[in-house]
Amino acid sequence: MMSSAQLMAAPAITQNPPEIDYWLLSPMLVVFGAAVIGVLIEAFVPTARRRAVQLGLALAAVGAAFVLTILITGSLPEGEAGVGVAFGSVAVDPVSVFLQGTVLVLGFISLLLIAENRSGESAFAAQAAAVPGSEEEREHVMAGSQHTEVYPLVLFALLGMQLFPAAGDFLTMFVALEVMSLPLYLLCGLARRRRLFSQEAAVKYFLLGSFSSAFFLFGIAMIYGYAGSVSFAEVAAAVDEGGGPLFPDGGGRPLLLLGIGMVAVGLLFKVGAVPFHNWKPDVYQGAPTPITALMASCTLVAAFGALLRVFYVPFGPSAADWAPMLWVVAVLTMVVAAVIAVTQRDIKRLLAYSSVVHAGFVLTAVVAASPEGLAGAMFYLAAYGFTTIGAFAVVTLVRTHENGPEANELSQWAGLGRTSPLLAGSLALFLLAFAGIPLTSGFIGKFAVFEAAMAAGATPLVVVGVLSSAVTAFFYVRIIVLMFFTEPAEGGPIVVRAGAFTGSAIAIGVAATFLLGVFPSPVLDNLVPQPGQQQSESLLSAVEGER
Amino acid sequence: MTDFPWLTLAIALPAVGAAAVASLPRERIETAKRVTLGATVATLLVVAVMAAQFTPAGAERLQFTEVYPWIPRFGVNYAVGVDGIALVLILMSAVLVPLVVLAAWRENDDTPDGGKGYFALILLLEAMMIGVFAAADVFLFYVFFEAMLIPVYFMIGRYGRGDQRRAAAVKFLLFSLLGGLLMLVSVIGVYVYGGTFLWSELVGSESALAGIDPMTARWLFLGFFVAFAIKAPMWPVHSWLPAAAGSSRPGTAVLLVGVLDKVGTYGMLRYCLEMFPGAATWFIWPVVVLSLVSIVYGAILAIAQSDMMRLIAYTSVSHFGFITLGVFVMTSQGQSGAALYMVNHGFATGALFLVVGFLVARQGSTAIADYRGVQSRAPVLAGVFLVSGLAGLALPGLSPFVSEFLVFIGTYAFHPVPAIIASIGVVLAALYILWMYQRTMTGPLPEGLSRLRDLSPRETLAVAPLIALLVVFGVYPQPLLDVVNPAVEATMQSVGATDPEPAIGEAETTAEGDHE
Repeated sequence: MMSSAQLMAAPAITQNPPEIDYWLLSPMLVVFGAAVIGVLIEAFVPTARRRAVQLGLALAAVGAAFVLTILITGSLPEGEAGVGVAFGSVAVDPVSVFLQGTVLVLGFISLLLIAENRSGESAFAAQAAAVPGSEEEREHVMAGSQHTEVYPLVLFALLGMQLFPAAGDFLTMFVALEVMSLPLYLLCGLARRRRLFSQEAAVKYFLLGSFSSAFFLFGIAMIYGYAGSVSFAEVAAAVDEGGGPLFPDGGGRPLLLLGIGMVAVGLLFKVGAVPFHNWKPDVYQGAPTPITALMASCTLVAAFGALLRVFYVPFGPSAADWAPMLWVVAVLTMVVAAVIAVTQRDIKRLLAYSSVVHAGFVLTAVVAASPEGLAGAMFYLAAYGFTTIGAFAVVTLVRTHENGPEANELSQWAGLGRTSPLLAGSLALFLLAFAGIPLTSGFIGKFAVFEAAMAAGATPLVVVGVLSSAVTAFFYVRIIVLMFFTEPAEGGPIVVRAGAFTGSAIAIGVAATFLLGVFPSPVLDNLVPQPGQQQSESLLSAVEGER
Repeated sequence: MTDFPWLTLAIALPAVGAAAVASLPRERIETAKRVTLGATVATLLVVAVMAAQFTPAGAERLQFTEVYPWIPRFGVNYAVGVDGIALVLILMSAVLVPLVVLAAWRENDDTPDGGKGYFALILLLEAMMIGVFAAADVFLFYVFFEAMLIPVYFMIGRYGRGDQRRAAAVKFLLFSLLGGLLMLVSVIGVYVYGGTFLWSELVGSESALAGIDPMTARWLFLGFFVAFAIKAPMWPVHSWLPAAAGSSRPGTAVLLVGVLDKVGTYGMLRYCLEMFPGAATWFIWPVVVLSLVSIVYGAILAIAQSDMMRLIAYTSVSHFGFITLGVFVMTSQGQSGAALYMVNHGFATGALFLVVGFLVARQGSTAIADYRGVQSRAPVLAGVFLVSGLAGLALPGLSPFVSEFLVFIGTYAFHPVPAIIASIGVVLAALYILWMYQRTMTGPLPEGLSRLRDLSPRETLAVAPLIALLVVFGVYPQPLLDVVNPAVEATMQSVGATDPEPAIGEAETTAEGDHE
């Protein structure tokens, strides 16, 4: 165990540089390396071949990182929570490994969507710097320009998402937050169609995102003032003892509470919980749909991973302080978002609000503050990620006309089940999973989080949760009514043929939604924390075993 | 031979059939129909062979049990097993489905896929119906309970009749989902407080739920009860049923009212009562009052209907009132009657819906005002209509009479006042059935109906077994009672209820004894 004084003693570190276990960091290093090489490719590879090279590199890097993620589970010590790498600033434990693996798989599928290139036309602007509607833009479109920078940007974002739930101290977490967010701000503004919308979304996301980051940073300062350290383990120790070295008599409590509140604002913004959800519909709607898929799946997983770690490890001992706050946020999230979602007419906005509601469901598991809650949230996130990517993949295929923009108005979707039964059937399955119908992954996820919440005594939250589920079912069902029970309208939407990339993204979504719903045991028994396990056995909280 | 997985086979057979039908190309609709009929008949045979091996008395309560771990993390098992009540309900479902398929043979020829999807959905639904009655694990029961909404939702919304079908389908699904989600809270509660989902460990004196706080038990009971009351449906959460039945194909309505709604009353008997005996006893009077309201209210609204499908739906609301009344008076006659009522009502209402379906196939209308004097042109059709209608009003000699009579005896033994109020329902039943018959079947034949055909051989084949069953079990209900009674006794035992001593004289006792 290291004291804060030792940590702050910089010379000790410079004189005895820490030995860093690069093997445990290899999944992140691979993605990072590939992202850097991607930047170089932009500089040195001829335009015509860039896309193929970038795409190949990105897919290979994410795939390799996933394989490494699986391999390093074998290197985790038996009987201990995990390993704190690089002076405990990166926590490699079963939870972070699971979340990283999930992010990588979902990132891989999102990359497939991002790569989809239909007759030379991707989802991204030909030249983002050109003024929308200008002559210059037209020239670039005619010339078939492409932004292949998208791929390294996505890799950087994925790197941030890998690190975010694995951070072992607040500063690392903040860095991860920024590494994750900055590329996303940019990617949001790159839509090919409705570019003003897209740019508006990017600006909105950027402004609000920076604002929330500032909250987060300010919160960290408060916590540092309270505990005298940013390390999760030491903050936890300080909270447990009722005060850090600066406040041995316990007088620092206001600092702690302020810190918890402000850090919570930053994290709740990222997961999109009410009242910090307002960016979601606008950004999800404006961003290019493949990027929306990336945000709706990977970002949510990473952000909840970070949220779980912060509330379970450093703030774990003061659960009584933050639980009431999360109760209120969870109830608001489930109720407000569900009600607003009912009035939505745009499929992407609707899925955005639905994502907010689902964040509320996961919050009920966070409130449980138990290994069951942790496991439930993890399963829910993975299950939801596959389903939501699949749903957005379907959205990319429904166009107003051949080579036209996406038909996002729900009313345009009438009769889709008659004209393209397979596609509409897939979407119906995803929607039923969102609604939590048994035999889909959504049901098992819902059961897992609600069971954890109820076991922890949060029955009222569960009741609110099921009532909100009933409301959300209404709008999911309405889409099914539109697709299957309504006659196709004149001039209805065109479903463009799914390319191999989009097709496999949907197929993976369908398979995962069904398999996780019928045979969830392999995941539940092996990958997530088991009931009865101590929290410290699954989430690394101590810096012991440092490498 | 008892080790043979009969129940799993009975669930898997229609499910596989559904997949086969769905994968056939659109053009081969005739093959699809034959596959559907073949699968349903095969399922009926499997269920019949299984039923023949059932030991009614003196054996284990649940028979043909299979238990395999499914999701060990949550203590969930794939556990199936039947007692007498579940067995007769499975039998009833297995009998009704092939008849519905026969009756719906040409019903969907005008839909874009020629009804291929409809037949696949029927098969899928049959698998889930058998599953829901066979489940011996609360979680598994819930999975079937919720999942079976989806095929019905598509059967109403996509293959239903009229402009209101979309709204009716959504209404049906939302009502059911709301109930189901409230039940989910209780299902989770059962696990949190009881630590297991196995039904056999949750009932009886050794129940895992025996020690829970009475207040908690009442809340958990309510979660289940509300879901079942919506399903049954009971006043005041019945309003989805007339809408759904009114917009369904008659075949769908048979399965919806005849089988699906029974899951509600079956659930009350099997889950509400046995898992939460204390809470169930506490809720006796509220439920009895709601049942009485359902009986009278359903009957009055049935009289006022101008659409035959809706009329039959309202009569069912009334009949389900009798069933819940029988379940909750906590006497063995009442519960035997209720269990028997579920079966008989399935046959009687099924026959009524099928006959209305034949009328729809001829004239395309379900409005009472569109028919008159059908009797003179189609005497067989009218005769079948009359017999099934009379069964609906519980005429002696037809099987619903036996069950209704048992419910009355059971209720009277519980308290005379509810029995007297419930008898209003019987009077009104005569009114709505006979008046409907009089308006549609008697009188002079109008011009527009002069080409009306009588029942075709296929239609006769579809409805004749039901009429036969109504008569046979009306005259000789003993086989059904022999199967049902041990299960009812076991239920009474786990609830801790005993039949009240008859208050009046010796003669009364023997009279009651005769009906057991």
